[in-house]
Amino acid sequence: MLILECPYCGVTGEETEFHGGGEAHIKRFGPGSSDADFETYLFMRENPKGVHFERWRHVNGCGKWFHAARCTMTLEVFGTYSAQTFEPPKEIKDAISAKRPGWSWREFS
Amino acid sequence: MSELRSALAGAVFDGIAKVQEAGLCGMIAFRGDLSATKVKNAVTGVTGVDMPGQRGCNVGGDNGLAWMSPDELLIMVEHDKAELVLETLAKGLKNQHYMAENVSDARAVFTVTGKHAAEVIAKLAPVDMSTFSVGEIRRTRLAQVPAAFWMHGENAYTVVCFRSAADYMFGILSMAAQEGSEVGVFG
Ligand SMILES: [Zn+2]
Repeated sequence: MLILECPYCGVTGEETEFHGGGEAHIKRFGPGSSDADFETYLFMRENPKGVHFERWRHVNGCGKWFHAARCTMTLEVFGTYSAQTFEPPKEIKDAISAKRPGWSWREFS
Repeated sequence: MSELRSALAGAVFDGIAKVQEAGLCGMIAFRGDLSATKVKNAVTGVTGVDMPGQRGCNVGGDNGLAWMSPDELLIMVEHDKAELVLETLAKGLKNQHYMAENVSDARAVFTVTGKHAAEVIAKLAPVDMSTFSVGEIRRTRLAQVPAAFWMHGENAYTVVCFRSAADYMFGILSMAAQEGSEVGVFG
């Protein structure tokens, strides 16, 4: 069971109040992009054992989308943060580094 | 004119707490910039209660304001005043971007009262009721349906859900309040 804190309404709730929205920080490649970029955008996903970044929605609550950084192995949540960002903020990266030194995920570390 | 009727016409269940359908309540879903002075003045003007902060819920009589999200409020008024309030809001919010919709008849409202009221809610919602207090609103789920609740007094909770889920809500609240089912966790 995951315990997540919604950064918009400040509620700390358990998993059933939220809904997972898949991998975070995916850059969209739309019309005019190369086939390779479009394929990557549509299909290529991380499947890590460890640090992972996801989108979640506070569906039985304020309804907002947000980001979460967590460990897929231990279900530890390192932190949640705003959806209005292209990359994890420094405090989230620092929190992960404190627990999982040397971590990396896609272009982030 | 058609006869107005709330979802369950005031149905009551008495057990370890009293569950009652609250009848017709006026409710307006409001979206806009909650930090704008014009918005604050308009919504507090039509309700006569203070502007709520994050997860706040200020209620006075039939009127109230509940914080639903960073850009959404629930405006509570008397059922027959809702349309009038929409007009008043429109006047006060000229040239201000906002959305307001009368959702009074799309909602069902219940009260859960009595010594074990918090326990009844705690059995159904993934919420720590030991720290929940007056002036707070919690949007969550009760069993399998979305709902919101707040305290309108000592051991007294108001629960709001979609009208289509009213029968289900009354059923689960009554079941959680059945005689002899008290757990006694909240003293
Ligand atoms: Zn939320």
